[in-house]
Amino acid sequence: MTVNAIRLRGVGKSYGPTRALADVSLDIEAGTVHAVLGENGAGKSTLIKILTGVLAPDTGTVDLFGERLDHDGPQSAETLGLATVFQELSLVPHLSVEDNLFLSNPPRSKFGWIDLRRQRAESRHWLDLVGLGDIHPGTHVGQLSLTQKQLLEIAKGLAKKPRILLLDEATASLPGNDVDRLFNIIADARREGLTVIYISHRMTEIERIADRCSVLRNGQLIETFDAHARSHDEICRMLAGREISQVFPPRRPVPADAPIVLDVSGLSAVDKVRNISFALRQGEVLGIGGLEGQGQKELLQTLYGAIRTAAGSVTLDGKPFKPAGPAAAIAGQRPVMLLPEDRKTDGLLLAESIRDNMLLSVTGKLSRYGLRDQVAETACSRAITRKLAIKISSPDAPVSSLSGGNQQKVLLARLLLNEPAVYILMDPTRGIDVGTKQEIYALIRELADRGAAVLFLTTDFEELIGMCDRVLVLYGGAIRRELEGDAINEVNIMEASLNMTRPETARNPADTEIRP
Amino acid sequence: MKILTSRHMPVLLGAAVFIIVLAAYLAVHPRGISSFVIQSYANSAAPLALAALAQTFPVLTGGLDLSVGGMVALTNALASELVQGSPVEIAFGVLTVLAAGALCGALNGALIVYGRLQPIIGTLATGAVFSGLALFIRPFPGGDVDTGLAYAMTAILFGVLPVSTLLIAIIASCTWAAISRASLGRGIFAAGSAPQAARLSGLRIERSIIAAYVLSGLLSALAGLYLGFQTLSGDATIGVPYTINSIAAIVIGGLSLRGGAGSPLSAIFGAHALRAISAVLLFTGAPPLAQPLFEGMVLITAVAAASLTLVRDPNRLKAFQ
Repeated sequence: MTVNAIRLRGVGKSYGPTRALADVSLDIEAGTVHAVLGENGAGKSTLIKILTGVLAPDTGTVDLFGERLDHDGPQSAETLGLATVFQELSLVPHLSVEDNLFLSNPPRSKFGWIDLRRQRAESRHWLDLVGLGDIHPGTHVGQLSLTQKQLLEIAKGLAKKPRILLLDEATASLPGNDVDRLFNIIADARREGLTVIYISHRMTEIERIADRCSVLRNGQLIETFDAHARSHDEICRMLAGREISQVFPPRRPVPADAPIVLDVSGLSAVDKVRNISFALRQGEVLGIGGLEGQGQKELLQTLYGAIRTAAGSVTLDGKPFKPAGPAAAIAGQRPVMLLPEDRKTDGLLLAESIRDNMLLSVTGKLSRYGLRDQVAETACSRAITRKLAIKISSPDAPVSSLSGGNQQKVLLARLLLNEPAVYILMDPTRGIDVGTKQEIYALIRELADRGAAVLFLTTDFEELIGMCDRVLVLYGGAIRRELEGDAINEVNIMEASLNMTRPETARNPADTEIRP
Repeated sequence: MKILTSRHMPVLLGAAVFIIVLAAYLAVHPRGISSFVIQSYANSAAPLALAALAQTFPVLTGGLDLSVGGMVALTNALASELVQGSPVEIAFGVLTVLAAGALCGALNGALIVYGRLQPIIGTLATGAVFSGLALFIRPFPGGDVDTGLAYAMTAILFGVLPVSTLLIAIIASCTWAAISRASLGRGIFAAGSAPQAARLSGLRIERSIIAAYVLSGLLSALAGLYLGFQTLSGDATIGVPYTINSIAAIVIGGLSLRGGAGSPLSAIFGAHALRAISAVLLFTGAPPLAQPLFEGMVLITAVAAASLTLVRDPNRLKAFQ
């Protein structure tokens, strides 16, 4: 009997009440390419961290070539022959290319010093292999382009001469010809017995390279099957996999003559937002979808004034809108306000009182002669607490004492008190129980019906389908597709998110990055 | 050679500052250029250059060592007790002083790595402890340092090359060769540049951080020892200004306080530039008691100049990070 390269038995991991991974058992045969697919939050990254030894599972075991993996850091998996090419690059920008290639295990001379000559020679070999032959090994990594860094990251994995290579979204920033080269390398290495775990969102790549596929959803292993055994649509359904179960409030069609509140044209910022144009009407809930990290966050932060605009223009009620910062966006006659993605780090002052957190953006309006008006503040916070049905013992208690759902309501209260013209909501239901979710959905719909315009970022397809009048799907910093009405469905969103190339559609500009 | 210029730009700027200030110093020096002037200038800059070299390593890891002054004081006090007598006793004394410095540094490193203290807080506290110990050993200035050794270390060779300069060049190249050729040293850069990436790559950066603070202690001890050679005695309060001046020196020399990159030349250029600035101020009639005022202003100017890039960052949320 052959020993499997990887053998998972009953692996589970929870973060507090959220189950990231539940009872996953999986065998991966040596010398095969095994693809792992899953939506955001399906448990892929937890699985990777467990496989690489960075994270210890709560239950279950991991064996690599029949040897038990102890989870005390990346070294433990490396000694068993597993090398990882990380999605978030594990390169040190201030060190040279060659230093990075051999960061943890440089070639050594007799006395244990780093053998610089051998390091240079071996670097050249690996750089040539991944197509970076024209890069000098002494170049600082900080000066490489994103594509070059990604290739270097791959070279770094290969240089460890692993028996198992884990590629985590390794092609995310590679143009087509480099992907071809990578696939040739993988094919060669596989013939020599290398086992590859391939994690990617790009369905076409998985079809080209994988022998077997596993689909994860909500932390569970849904199915493992031979590649080509399932069609695109089947896989999409397996990935998303649920019926619309949550109760969303009814939608009224946005009248065609509703005034345009926010008009964005040709907006670009940092290198994540590329030439984005759209119009947001009064009473509309406009969904911003796509996989994580496709520029959604940067787009919304730019509209809010947190990121400086590089090109393009925005108008609010027809007048140019170019806030010098969040404070300016909030202070206007028609405020634009943003609910941040991570309420604990970007939203709440955790140690401060519930009342102060609610009133943080309006204190100026509730003060007299520069002093805070206690009576007005109390009345104001009491009214909004009642309106949003926030469960609190006392407005003076620290906001950290509340549950996640109630914390989120406190943040929403902060926005509401300013009566914004535009609500920018970033993942407003993240980590919240179903009951509170429904309340928040109803509230968002009510705000829109009463004349506000809402930008609603979410990575949850169901929310895009159930809540939004229109959906923009972003990929690589640009709008990949605009969906409206019945076209807002799982297959369409999934396809646009994954940038699946249909014969009639052109390639996305993000894929044809110009290399220096 | 575009790569070279961009990476070495800060150090080159530091060198330029050094040359300009040195030229000004020699121009205004009342006695003009002479072997003696070079000797005394080099010797007066030597302890600061050593302290700045000490500061370089913690800063490269992304930290800061506020106990440099305390370690200089403590080792200086120890030297005034131990570096005397027979050649064997002197050798033993020198080694003990260096070991004491390394031990202080190891304590700093352990507090930061295992005690999870922020470097600034941890070394602020230990710096006070070291200063206290120095006062305990030497409550009043005094003691004795072997004259023969002291003369040798403060001499000038062939009338042009001060021993102190030679010494600093050797020490700097040795430590630098060691940290660029050893995995441990590579980890010092990695810790300051991208600690998360370094950990993911399987590098044990904790050891590197401790090594950086041990090096800082060792080099601070050399600074304390050298002060002893200069004054032939010990003084527990002599070390105090070395903390802020070591930071000022590396910043003037072009080392980024953000860590991750840099060169020991920054420390050497910066320390010599700072000493020359002080001397120029003195010669031009600035009151000696106002020295800290000018040193503080130099530090603020240098740090502000180094932070100019932040103003250009398009992400306004990063303005105060």
